[in-house]
Amino acid sequence: MLRRAATTLPKDVIEALEKCRRRGRDKVAILQFECMLKNLELARKLSAPICQDTGTPIFFVKLGNDLKLDFDLISGLRKAVMEATRSIPLRANLVDPLNRVNTKTNVGDGMPAVHTELVPGKRLQIDLLVKGAGAENWSRLYMLRPSERELIERAVLLTIGEAGGQPCPPTVVGVGIGGSAEVACLLAKKALLRPLDEPNKDRQLARLEHRFTRAANELGIGPMGLGGKTTVLGVHIEKASCHTASLPVAINLQCWAARRASAKLVGDRMRVEVP
Amino acid sequence: MKKQLVPPLSEKQVRQLKVGDIVSITGQMVTARDKAYARAIELLRAGKRLPLDLRGGIVYHCGPLAIKNKNGWKILSAGPTTSARLDSMQAEFIERTGVRALVGKGGLSENIADALTRLGCVYLAFTGGAGVLAGQAIKEVQKIFWRDLGDAEALWVLRVQDFGPLVVAVDTFGNNLYASKIRLMKATGGSGSRRNDMLRNGRRRHP
Repeated sequence: MLRRAATTLPKDVIEALEKCRRRGRDKVAILQFECMLKNLELARKLSAPICQDTGTPIFFVKLGNDLKLDFDLISGLRKAVMEATRSIPLRANLVDPLNRVNTKTNVGDGMPAVHTELVPGKRLQIDLLVKGAGAENWSRLYMLRPSERELIERAVLLTIGEAGGQPCPPTVVGVGIGGSAEVACLLAKKALLRPLDEPNKDRQLARLEHRFTRAANELGIGPMGLGGKTTVLGVHIEKASCHTASLPVAINLQCWAARRASAKLVGDRMRVEVP
Repeated sequence: MKKQLVPPLSEKQVRQLKVGDIVSITGQMVTARDKAYARAIELLRAGKRLPLDLRGGIVYHCGPLAIKNKNGWKILSAGPTTSARLDSMQAEFIERTGVRALVGKGGLSENIADALTRLGCVYLAFTGGAGVLAGQAIKEVQKIFWRDLGDAEALWVLRVQDFGPLVVAVDTFGNNLYASKIRLMKATGGSGSRRNDMLRNGRRRHP
């Protein structure tokens, strides 16, 4: 699953990039998409990491209440990351936050991140996001006032605008609205798991996503910040109920190399899904 | 037509390049990022020398992913890193080292772009994330200096062939492909004070 995520992109992302290239008018913008697509082809052929920033893996685990595991899931995932770092290989990106000493294994205190959610039945699903620093560094959390609903759009556009070319646009934009501070942040990141061609099931959110996407693409930042009409591949919004006195809004950007993969328990084996 | 740049570059050569030009590099290119920038500046301030002469050279903002086998180092993926992270050191680094071109992604802030005009250095954008494509143009790892900084932060001396396509994104005429976008963003950002309140300090008067 880690290899698949590092060396290939999901179909929906490739299709979105191809659409951008076809629709491009500007010479420099088209060149960027051509480079991206050529790079994807090479990476797949050579089974080499798409980007040298192989990021940090973020796992989202859905664990069935009735499932009994005869192994430790967290240490299993840590071992998988260490093994992938050696064998693919991945760049060792993880350091101590203060003294900046590299762990050399992509495993460290509290990392890789594993977000677990209990679900009914005997399901086990592991979703993986690979996050590079260029995009992750532009994450934002705004604690708005409840009366400031109209500022949600502005917060999203400001984040995208301020980030400019740095998060490797066109980005996928995850927005988490509501919950509490950390719930909003988690929702923003989880929103990145949804395929680009899958509309939001909530009609109100789907309308907002459409509006934010159009507005973001009018910013003119363009692919790699070099100008053009495609600044985002999509905006995905998730929401949760929140305190009557707050309105948390979190934004998480993912670069155009929106790497993700999934594995599901089928029978007694994990099967990696082709996203 | 794609123009070939073969370092060492002269100031005159660099001052002929204009934003939007598509170029590629053949010859030597040296990687440097946060830690290498800091060490280079520290050494040069102290009147010491760098392990290699960067005058007229090309510096690549990159922390490559490579493996070592019996034939030496092999580059797997080596795309650009975010150049703006180095903004606080950029001007002094260029001035003290004498480099004539930076290769990176994401652009530079406007004041650094002005410094490039003054110092006679251009900024060339390579497509971020296109690490394998970049790796294909890197023919040889000639030397690695300062590995004690960590492999991603070390100075990798690379021999490249037809490394590109690169877009001249900041030239020496004061043109900056990224700046026009910043202005556009400001134009859509609403009133300044409220915006900055939101951006920098969060909301001050909470309920």
